[in-house]
Amino acid sequence: MAATHKPPVTGAGPLNGVLTWFDQRFPLMALWKSQLAEYYAPKNFNVWYFFGSLALVVLVIQIVSGIFLTMNYKPSAEHAFASVEYIMRDVPGGWIIRYIHSTGASAFFIVVYLHMARGLMYGSYRKPRELTWIFGVLIYLCLMAEAFFGYLLPWGQMSFWGAQVIINLFATIPVIGEDLAVWIRGDYNISDATLNRFFAMHVIAIPLALLGLVVAHLMALHETGSNNPDGIEIHENLDPKTGTPVDGIPFHPYYTVKDLVGVAVFLIVFSAIVFFSPEMGGYFLEYNNFIPADPLTTPVHIAPVWYFTPFYAMLRAVPSFFNMQVWGVVVMGAAVMIFFALPWLDRGRTKSIRYRGPIYKAFFAALIVSFLVLGYLGVEPTTVWGEFPKALPLLGGDYVAIWVARLLTAVYFAFFLLMPWYTARDREKPVPQRLT
Amino acid sequence: MKTLFAALLLAPAVALAAEGGAKLDAAPVNLNDRLSLQRGAQVFVNHCLNCHSASAMRYAKLMDLGLSESQVREHLVLAGEKVGDAMTTTLDTKDGKAWFGVMPPDLSLVARSRGADWIYTYMRSFYRDPAARTGWNNTVFPNVGMPHVLWEYQGSQAMEAAAGGEARLVKGSPGRMSTGEYDKYVGDLVNFLVYMGEPARVKRVQIGIVVIFFLAIFFVITVLLKKEYWKDVR
Amino acid sequence: MTAIVLDQVDEKKRRFLIVATTAAGAVAAGGVAVPFLGSWFPSARALAAGAPVEVDISKIEPGQQITVEWRGKPVWVLRRTPEMLAQLEKNDAFLADPQSTSAKQPDYVKGAARAIKPEVLVVLGVCTHLGCSPTLKKQVGAASDMGADWPGGYYCPCHNSRFDLSARVFKGAPAPTNLEIPPHRYVSDATIVVGENPKG
Repeated sequence: MAATHKPPVTGAGPLNGVLTWFDQRFPLMALWKSQLAEYYAPKNFNVWYFFGSLALVVLVIQIVSGIFLTMNYKPSAEHAFASVEYIMRDVPGGWIIRYIHSTGASAFFIVVYLHMARGLMYGSYRKPRELTWIFGVLIYLCLMAEAFFGYLLPWGQMSFWGAQVIINLFATIPVIGEDLAVWIRGDYNISDATLNRFFAMHVIAIPLALLGLVVAHLMALHETGSNNPDGIEIHENLDPKTGTPVDGIPFHPYYTVKDLVGVAVFLIVFSAIVFFSPEMGGYFLEYNNFIPADPLTTPVHIAPVWYFTPFYAMLRAVPSFFNMQVWGVVVMGAAVMIFFALPWLDRGRTKSIRYRGPIYKAFFAALIVSFLVLGYLGVEPTTVWGEFPKALPLLGGDYVAIWVARLLTAVYFAFFLLMPWYTARDREKPVPQRLT
Repeated sequence: MKTLFAALLLAPAVALAAEGGAKLDAAPVNLNDRLSLQRGAQVFVNHCLNCHSASAMRYAKLMDLGLSESQVREHLVLAGEKVGDAMTTTLDTKDGKAWFGVMPPDLSLVARSRGADWIYTYMRSFYRDPAARTGWNNTVFPNVGMPHVLWEYQGSQAMEAAAGGEARLVKGSPGRMSTGEYDKYVGDLVNFLVYMGEPARVKRVQIGIVVIFFLAIFFVITVLLKKEYWKDVR
Repeated sequence: MTAIVLDQVDEKKRRFLIVATTAAGAVAAGGVAVPFLGSWFPSARALAAGAPVEVDISKIEPGQQITVEWRGKPVWVLRRTPEMLAQLEKNDAFLADPQSTSAKQPDYVKGAARAIKPEVLVVLGVCTHLGCSPTLKKQVGAASDMGADWPGGYYCPCHNSRFDLSARVFKGAPAPTNLEIPPHRYVSDATIVVGENPKG
């Protein structure tokens, strides 16, 4: 039959026979070649290119540690909090598994934010990689949902009140809001029913979607080939003899061994947090979350986990208009959704920040600064920078932090909304023919 | 619902203003001082466990502190409990509410939610207040429901408005211990509470050192491997 | 011209580094597996629940049996009468293993009585065949509904295994061995601890 027409696999030593048997029944070698050994990647990847493979590593860490946590966790309002402490104390090695998972959650966002920053810097979202980018933004959305659902599960005070605030965001939607919030909770307040459905979403529904999207993200990437810090297409410059890109190198072994170095560094940092500072000063594990959920008492200072705080700061900064509070929610949602439009907003002739003009660089720097400062403001109470003097016209008596957040929200959106204008008329530098 | 939402958005605004903003003293925490932890466990069992549970903590775990099973059984386990049992109070929730206004909270994780310094300062900041229902108030936890359980040891304190306008605590009747002795006594208790918040902590750091050491070696190997292969890339 | 030039390949060094990396990776995987697989062992809660059990035997009348739970399984404590003990020796000819050579039992219980103090039998009430819990049929003869020649003992309703009052299995029963005797010790004449061996 057709299978036996395939040549035997050679070069794997004693495994030749086994591999041949598999390869004649499954596209083993074809996948290996197309995805790794003969996937040509630009030879000039820099440190920013580690974060894609690291995100994959964190995904595996979270899935494995998560599976083991479900073996002892109890998704019920009565037992959830105690079952987490049971894992931390009574289950042999349980505390390691729990800290790996809680640290992994924050690590996932750190790695993904750096990965996204790379995409922005080098124009990786530009044609022909729009779909890779869109799958990536969908992964980011899934990750936020995964984090939100997962954060309720320990059933501490921050779990409860964090979920309370976010679900109540939906309640601000005119007309249907209140009913929508009740539908999400399955009760008049966050309760056992909410916890149980969040558990199902966290452990199976969202992870399935996430895995599918990760596969799609990688397939789309390998279809177009990787971008690089110069933003040049290496597939436009092929070696006439071999037909391979002159500036490309096979992903395996060159980038597999290089990524391994990145993984080693990542694991050192990750383990240092897991073993020496799993609370990370209250940012990875919030102090109030060591108190069981109490629907009758709100902790004095509630802030979402750090990875949501830039958007939370925007939410707080937007005032209500026409007696409706929904605008903050709209702004917050738009701040995430606008990433989808990025490939079509950018009209620059170059992809990489290396050859962009001064206006783009200024806007990009402003975006990063505003995102970081908004992130900081979202952690702190609005009183953090005090009030304007009462005598000041218009602003007198208002919180400084609120107005700074408003300004930075405007800066954040300006990067995107003004992009068609400033990228089209920026003074860009000439792009070289070959990778530098 | 709208007011709740508004309240939640404003909540951070009052965060730092609350809790009296009292300055906290640094607690003498040393998880490697087993004798201090053993003394702290004794203080906890004698004075806290009557009303507060530590339901995540098993008596058997106290053997980690260098105690034998029979020592734990004879000196620490409450009557009628087994060594493998969790430390639960016999105080009934209804009675707790009736006597203190709220059921005294479980203390398994109090050192992780409040912090060691807070507890250390709190346990030393009770003062006489005739207006309070128990006759005691606290500078760190205003209008606290708990009376000063250790007052026989510390003696009493009173709030005195100082000349500068800032109120401060002054010693009233002396207790069985000097101030230094009492601070050490509370320090042992806080040390134990920190241990109880995360019994695996000492072990965690020990394992961590081994893991990091191994990963450092792994890092060196991967760097050598990468360098060797990247000789091919021009 | 391609970006890869294979003129400095040191095959030996590469092979060594690959082996070293693989070995280190295998050690890492093994290290990670320890807490994960280890988490399947009984937790502190399970260990506490399976801890030795103190049993007050002073209230057990001769001929009476009580059941206590140890590690989630039934343990019987039967105070045997002199008549019951006298009957044991007579059973030997009909038993599969009268000296309990292949039975699971601590070496401080021996002979026909299988007990530290002959009158007090402490035995795990789980059939060695497929794990059912047999029933006590202590009356001799037809009163137990076990036939006229029944010497008194235990009967497993699942597959008709029969045991005498030392929990030794009769010939021809599906159960392969006598019932298990758990570790136990006397704290005093009135109290035993199931799950612990005698001290010393």
